[in-house]
Amino acid sequence: MPDQISILNGDSPFTNRLRGHFPGACIAPQTIAGIAETVWVEREHLRAIMLWLKQDQDQNYGLMLDITAIDERVRQNPSHERARDFTVVYHLMRPQPLSEIRVKVALSQADRNIPTISDIWPNANWYERETWDMFGINFVGHPLLLRMLMPESWVGHPLCKDHYARATEHGPFVMPEETEIKEQLALQALPLVSGIAEAGEDDPETMILNLGPNHPSLHGILRLIVKLKGEEIVDIVPEIGFHHRGAEKMAERQSWHSFIPYTDRIDYVAGVMNNFPYVMAVEKLAGIVVPSRAQMIRIMVSEMFRIISHLVFFGTMSQDVGQLSPVFYVFTDRERALEIIEAICGFRMHPAWFRIGGVAADLPAGWDGLIKDFLAYLPKRLDEYETLVMRNRIFKARTIGVGEFTLDEAMDWGVTGPGLRACGTSFDYRKAAPYSGYEQIEFDVPTATRSDCYTRVQLRLDEMRQSLRIIKQCLDHMPPGPVKAMHPLAMPMPRELMLHDIDSMIPHFLNASWGAVIPPGEASVTIEATKGLNTYYLVSDGNTAPYRVRIRTPSFNHLQFVPLISRGAFLADLIAIIGSIDFVMADVDR
Amino acid sequence: MVEILIDIGISVALLLSIVTLAAFLTFVERRLLGFWQDRLGPNRVGWEGSLQVVADMIKIFFKQDWTPSFVEPVIFVLAPAIVLVTVLLAFAVLPLTPGIGIAGHLNIGVLFFLGMTSLTVYGVVLAGWASNSKFALIGGMRAAAQMISYEVFMGLALIGVVMQSGSFDLVKIVEAQRHLWFVVPQFFGFIMFLIAGIAEAHRLPFDLPEGENELGAGFHTEYSSMKFGMFFVGEYASIVLISSITVILFFGGWNGPFLPPIFWFMLKISLFIGFFILLRAALPRPRYDQLMSYGWKLMLPLSIINVAVTGALILSVPA
Repeated sequence: MPDQISILNGDSPFTNRLRGHFPGACIAPQTIAGIAETVWVEREHLRAIMLWLKQDQDQNYGLMLDITAIDERVRQNPSHERARDFTVVYHLMRPQPLSEIRVKVALSQADRNIPTISDIWPNANWYERETWDMFGINFVGHPLLLRMLMPESWVGHPLCKDHYARATEHGPFVMPEETEIKEQLALQALPLVSGIAEAGEDDPETMILNLGPNHPSLHGILRLIVKLKGEEIVDIVPEIGFHHRGAEKMAERQSWHSFIPYTDRIDYVAGVMNNFPYVMAVEKLAGIVVPSRAQMIRIMVSEMFRIISHLVFFGTMSQDVGQLSPVFYVFTDRERALEIIEAICGFRMHPAWFRIGGVAADLPAGWDGLIKDFLAYLPKRLDEYETLVMRNRIFKARTIGVGEFTLDEAMDWGVTGPGLRACGTSFDYRKAAPYSGYEQIEFDVPTATRSDCYTRVQLRLDEMRQSLRIIKQCLDHMPPGPVKAMHPLAMPMPRELMLHDIDSMIPHFLNASWGAVIPPGEASVTIEATKGLNTYYLVSDGNTAPYRVRIRTPSFNHLQFVPLISRGAFLADLIAIIGSIDFVMADVDR
Repeated sequence: MVEILIDIGISVALLLSIVTLAAFLTFVERRLLGFWQDRLGPNRVGWEGSLQVVADMIKIFFKQDWTPSFVEPVIFVLAPAIVLVTVLLAFAVLPLTPGIGIAGHLNIGVLFFLGMTSLTVYGVVLAGWASNSKFALIGGMRAAAQMISYEVFMGLALIGVVMQSGSFDLVKIVEAQRHLWFVVPQFFGFIMFLIAGIAEAHRLPFDLPEGENELGAGFHTEYSSMKFGMFFVGEYASIVLISSITVILFFGGWNGPFLPPIFWFMLKISLFIGFFILLRAALPRPRYDQLMSYGWKLMLPLSIINVAVTGALILSVPA
């Protein structure tokens, strides 16, 4: 059992600094695998500590990555003596030099109130709404605490342990006419509730336009309530949740292993990239060391998927500004990439190829030839796209200076990935905190000086070239050896051993019948996914299923940011901005 | 009496062939786009998909002809008819060859053409308004603004041709090009006229009234069945119209060696139709305000300069 999981009582320099600044506050440290610092603080001091962490020159934790909660009520192995019924968890990050902390606040069931921090970090707004929606935790002072993912008429808070997990646990679903009318009225009421329109308002200058949930250019089922003045955008209120499938709730019913295919569907154009943080977090909990060949295969397949995702982005982005052809060209390229994925994994879009402790199988014979062909093929095509799209004057006129934002804004709103790098910072998690052997690989982080639609497209084009470089290095230096860790929690014991002695027989039997039992603890793993930072925060209660899985996805923040950068733009610009943000609705709603 | 019958016969034959050609273009466009976009396009019905048009027509005729409850019914039905009728009427003045044409020798041919294309905008605007839908309304508004702006320099761009040939009669304009196509002396006029023509047919990159990315289908969002079909055929008919008038004004109409005049005419307009489709395969769509400032701030001054220079040259060089 790895010792970093166990609760430490020793204080780190950080905790001491925190204590020095807030002498009255009761601060308790906790160690979580994958995160340098976790501190428990009291609710009364939360806002002061958060403000200090953000604004103090030495702390400067600019990025508010995540707010979520844990329902601790049925947990057998509490993570800390401070834990009560609910724990609210804040995940903060300073990009350069990289430092991450988690702040935890314990709440009792009777008093589920906590002050809002949405005035400190604007992107906390949606996270707090989501946490309210999922756990019923009231953020006092929040400007508009509506449900985020569930419909307004939903009864209960789904991620609470006492909420049912699947439809078979309650009666058959019915939608009588009066309910339907009520739901329809609730949808119509949203512009009024959110304040974008006023009741009885009859301003001939402005118009409320409802884009979506079904609209050809919204990249999924998303509703944007747009207030227009002529064709100029005054304000936008996004409504999400149409693609919500409750992946986090599902995780609590799946075995550690059988949840892997669900992660594939979170960012559904990035395939195994989603498996990556999940399996790494489970490996951290179980203390599994992944063999180097498996690590290299993971990097290679992930980078293939980065290319696939960026190709889809590139095609749809040019389609969004009215260019019809590139989308067909990139899908041809994507097809070639997917054929390689199929040859390696047996599946195309959602291979669920990573396993706890490695990958599902070794690379097939002849894989290197396929990769070599692809490496020779794609750069020429990318150059062609550069000429066809990036140098097109109409494309430039449509994208340069559109949807611009500054580095400060990006940090405040939790923007990560290419969108953040376009502002001038070279923050890439693969460089800042290399995982799975990225430290052995040479690649550049493309940056730009200002983030507008054009540079965000350019950056992704450059990232594809870098991914090709990474794949080339994987091809040249693929180490020999096993592709899965020999660990009782990672794989069934080999048959020869299993038949030979009882010590191998028992883990084999347990693995085959129940699935792995992962030791209690908490782990958090962040990766540089195709669209930004993707974090999996796992809580194990020493069971065959996770106690809580928190999936932090980049698109959630990026979509929240759209209204701010669209104000004053034209309706057609909104489509370009949405395209350049590169979000996937499943990645937003999970 | 016989002459009248022959005229009626020619009119009906022309009308039918234009509508058929326009419908056939839907197939040609999809095949050509397929070719340029590394894919097949429709290739199942008939030889290489050539009967696709028939299948589409059957489908579109037998779809439920639905009028949404919230629309202004009379104008909603009238709008597609206006589009198609005005486009078809404009064909009346086009001389395809010396013999084929309905009113080829009309002495106000060019003006009649401009008038009819201007009327088309009514169909689009009324469709947008009568649909009583916000997307359609924005599409209709864009159409009105775009077509009025581009109409202005469309007229100015072909004034150079009229000045050189000394007539509004399209037959005389073609005959004046027996030795030299007007595309040579009136090159700038040609470019501007072509741009205005693309805008007039609202084809990419000037298809803002449709603006499918932001507006769904723009002014015809609420239309279905044959009412939509009329917009559709109207759009393709106006491609044929713009191609024909460009050929007549700038590329010597039916003039050409050895082969019969109708062959030359068809060949020339086919090239232009192909060019229109190629544009759609190649270009993104500019934004609404960019389109307007391009029209008013660049094309309009240029077309006025073109008229002035042409006039100065004609006056300074004695015939």
